[in-house]
Amino acid sequence: MLKLESVDVSYGHVDALRGVSIEVRDGELVALLGANGAGKTTALMTISGVVRPRAGSVLYDGVDLAKASPFDIVALGLIQCPEGRRIFGGLSVLENLKMGAVRRADTSGVRRDRDWVFSLFPVLGQRRNQSGATLSGGEQQMLAIGRALMAEPRLLMLDEPSLGLAPILVQAIFRVIRELHGRGVTILLVEQNVRQALAVADRGYVLSTGRVILEGTGAELRSNSEIEQAYLSTAPEAKR
Amino acid sequence: MEPRTPPVDQSSLRSRLAGPAILIALLGVFLLVSHFLAGDYIQRIVIIIGINVILVVSLNLSNGFTGVFSLGHVGFMAIGAYAASLLTLPVSLKAVNLPDLPGWLGAVALPFLPATLIAGLLAALVAFLVGSSLMRLKGAYISVATLGFLVIVQVILVNWDQVTRGARTFAGVPPHSTVWNVWIWASLTIFVVWRIGRSAFGRDMRSARDNEIAALSLGVSVLRSRLLAFCMSAFLTGVAGSLWAHFISSFSPKSFSFTQAFSIITMLVIGGLGSVSGSVIGVVLITVLSELLRNAERGFELGALHIPPIYGASQILMAVLFVLVIVFRPAGLMGGREINVREILRRIARARPGKGAA
Amino acid sequence: MSALELLLQQLINAVSIGSLYALMAIGLAMVFGILRLINFAHGDLIMVGSYVALLLMTLGLPFFAAAAAGVAASTLAGLAMERIAYRPLRGAHEISMLLTSFSVTIFLENLAIILFRPTSRAFPAPAFLRSVIHMGQLRLASLDLIAIAIAAVLLLALTLFVRRTNIGIAMRAASQDLLAARLMGINVNRVIATAFAIGSLMAGVVGLLWSARVGKIDPLMGFNPVLKAFVASVIGGLGSLPGAVIGAYVLGGLEILLQGLLPSALTPYRDAFVFAILIALLLFRPNGILGSSEKEKI
Repeated sequence: MLKLESVDVSYGHVDALRGVSIEVRDGELVALLGANGAGKTTALMTISGVVRPRAGSVLYDGVDLAKASPFDIVALGLIQCPEGRRIFGGLSVLENLKMGAVRRADTSGVRRDRDWVFSLFPVLGQRRNQSGATLSGGEQQMLAIGRALMAEPRLLMLDEPSLGLAPILVQAIFRVIRELHGRGVTILLVEQNVRQALAVADRGYVLSTGRVILEGTGAELRSNSEIEQAYLSTAPEAKR
Repeated sequence: MEPRTPPVDQSSLRSRLAGPAILIALLGVFLLVSHFLAGDYIQRIVIIIGINVILVVSLNLSNGFTGVFSLGHVGFMAIGAYAASLLTLPVSLKAVNLPDLPGWLGAVALPFLPATLIAGLLAALVAFLVGSSLMRLKGAYISVATLGFLVIVQVILVNWDQVTRGARTFAGVPPHSTVWNVWIWASLTIFVVWRIGRSAFGRDMRSARDNEIAALSLGVSVLRSRLLAFCMSAFLTGVAGSLWAHFISSFSPKSFSFTQAFSIITMLVIGGLGSVSGSVIGVVLITVLSELLRNAERGFELGALHIPPIYGASQILMAVLFVLVIVFRPAGLMGGREINVREILRRIARARPGKGAA
Repeated sequence: MSALELLLQQLINAVSIGSLYALMAIGLAMVFGILRLINFAHGDLIMVGSYVALLLMTLGLPFFAAAAAGVAASTLAGLAMERIAYRPLRGAHEISMLLTSFSVTIFLENLAIILFRPTSRAFPAPAFLRSVIHMGQLRLASLDLIAIAIAAVLLLALTLFVRRTNIGIAMRAASQDLLAARLMGINVNRVIATAFAIGSLMAGVVGLLWSARVGKIDPLMGFNPVLKAFVASVIGGLGSLPGAVIGAYVLGGLEILLQGLLPSALTPYRDAFVFAILIALLLFRPNGILGSSEKEKI
C-alpha cells in the first residue's frame, strides 16, 4: 500500500533521512523503531506531506505523492496521530473528534465511528464535553487516537503513542492497537518502546541517524540483539 | 547568520591594518571630493546618507544583534533632535519662539558637540528607563511596546508646547552639520558597532538572540547585555537626531512619524540584520534609490512622453521592494555576514596571473 | 446632571468606544491566533471601506447601499491582502511577517494618497446616526447606541459561528495547533481565508461607524484604530478571542476614565498615559490578562 523509495529529507543542512526505503502492505502492522533523533517522526511527516523529500519518492497504491498537499493526503486516508498527542486543548472531546472527521460528509458514518471510539475508550465518552486540556496524559493519547480514527484511516500512523504513559496505560493503548490491527486497519507504528512494538508488529524497520539499518519480520527483530546496539551506540549521536 | 570570523592569523601588522587603512583612505577621498568638488545637492545627499548610516547601524545593534526588534527608535531620534536643538538655539531666537522655556534652558546656548553629546545621553537615559521594563517581553510584544513608546513620544512632542512648540515647526536650528562631522560620527558608529559585533559580548548577544530558551536559562546577564545594547543604540540614534536637526534646520513632530521608522527599518532589513556592512550598503542603495524616485515623482520627460507627478509612488515602490526582499532573500543582501576586506584583497592577489600559487 | 447620570453617560461612551475596539481587535486576534501574524494593515481596511462608501454616496447611492458596498470592499481587500501578501510568507519568522504587514500598510496608505489626496474629506453620515436621544437629563448619541447594538449582534453571531459550525471549530483548532489541524485534513487555506474575511468585514463595519463618529476620513485614518485594537488584544492576551473583547472594553473604559480623571492640562496626553499603562501591564502580565498559553516546544 505505502512505499518509501530511497527517500532523502533534510532540514537546511541537517540530513534527517538518507536513502530510506520502507514498505507497508495492506492490513499489516509495521513498526518503525529507533532512538531519539533517528528520523522516525520525519518519516511520518514526509508521508503526511508536511515535509518534502529532497530525493526519492513516497508511493501510495503506486501513486507518487510528490505533488500532494497534507490536505490531499488525509483525503487519501493516510492519517497521522502525531507525537505528543497534539490534541486541541481548548476544544472539547467531542469537538476534537469532530475535527478528526472534518473532511467527511457522511454524518451517519461519522456518528457510527464516534460511538465506536467511545466503545474503545469509554473514559472519553464520560468526558465528552470536557475540554481537551483538562484530560490526563493517557486520556489525551486516547483522544488523539480516537481523533485519528474519526478520519476513516486506510493507513493509520501512530507516533510514539506510549510516550510518557504509565505502564498500565501503555497496556491499554496497545490493547487498542491490537484490536485495530485485528480489524484490518493498516498501521505504521513509530515507537521507542521496542518490546511492546515488536510484540504486535508483523514487520519492522530500525532507523539510526536517518538510515534504515535493520529490517525484518516481528519475529526476526525480536530475536535480534543488534537492536539494543542500535539504540545504545547511536543515542549520543542522535542528540542534534 | 553568524559573521564569519576569519581564522586566527599570524600575518604581519601591515596586512592586518591593510583593511581598515584602505577603508579610511577611501572615506577620506570620498569626503574630500564631496567637500570641494561636489555641488550643494550632492553634499546634501552625502550628509543624508551619513545620518542614515548612523540610524541604521545603531538600529542594527539592537534589532540585529540582540533580537530586540525596536519599532520605535525614531522616538530616540526625536529626543536627540529636540534636546540638542533646544541647547544650541541662540538665546535671542529662544526668547521669540519659545518664550515659556524654563529659565536656565532659555538662557543657555551650547556649542554643537556638547549639545549633541548631551542629547545622545538623554536618549540613552530614556532608553534605560523604558528598556528596563521592556527587556523581559518576548518577540512581538517588545516590538509593539516600542511602538507604544514612539506614540508616547509623539504625544508629548505635540502637546508640550512650551518646550517643543507643539505641532508647529521648530525652526532656526543653526546648521552645524557638515559632511565632515556627520561622517566622523558615522565612521565612529560603524567602528563601534562592528567591534561589538566581533567581540565576545557581541557573540553572546547573538547566541542569546538565536536561542531564547537557552538565553532565559542564562538569566540576568542576558537582560543586562540587551539593555546595554539598547541604550547604546539609543545614544547613537539620538546623536543622529541631533545631526539631522542641525542639517535640516527646521522640523516638527511629524518628521518623527512611523513612516520614518519604516524607512529606517527597510534599509536595515534590505542590508541584512546583523551585518554592519550590509547596513551601510542598504543605506546607500535605498537613499540613492529613493532620491531618484522622488525626482521621478515630480514628473519628468521621457523623450516626448511626459510622465506626470505621482506623489507617494516612491513609498509604494519601497514597500514593494521590501516585501520582495523579505520573501526572496529574508536574510538581506549580505545575509548577516560582513564584507571581509582582507578576503577581497587575497582574492584579487590570487587572481593576478603569475603571482603566487592558487 | 447628577453624578449617577454623568456616570451612566460616560459608561455608555466607554462601552461604545469599547465596542468599536472590540470589533477591530477580534479581527486582529483571529489572524494572530492562527498565523502568529500581527496584521497592521488591518487598520487600512477601515479606510478602504470608508472611501468606497463615500465615493458611492457622492455618486448618489443611498447610505445603506453605499455602506454595504463599503463593508464588502473591506472584506475583499482583506482577502486580497491574505492571498497576495501573506500566503507566500506562511511559516516565515514572526518579525518578517510583522514587517510585511507594515509594507502592506504603507502600500495601501500611499495608494490612497495618490488616488484621493492626503487631505481629509467630510463623511456625510445620515441623520439617524447623528441624532441625540434625550432621556431625562441624559443626552445619548444615537451613534453610541447603534454601535453597541451592532457590536453585540456581531459578537454573538461570531460566538455561535466558532462554537456551532465546523469551520468555526476548525478556526479554533487551527489557532491552537496549526500543524495538528493540517494533519487532521483541515483545509487550512480556507480557514485562514475565513478568518481574514470575518475580521475584514468587522473592520469595514467599524470603518463606517468610526467615520460617522469623527465626521471625516483621510488615507491615514486606519493607523490609530489598529494600534488601539492591538493594545486591546495585548491587554486581553494576544490570540485569545474573548481576551480581545475584554481588552477592548477595558481599553475603552480606561480611555474614558483617564479623560475624566486627568487634570485638564494633561488630557491631551491621554494616549500617552494609555500606552504607559499598557507597558506597565506587560511588566506584570507579559501575556496579557487572559494570556494565551504559548507552549515552548523544547
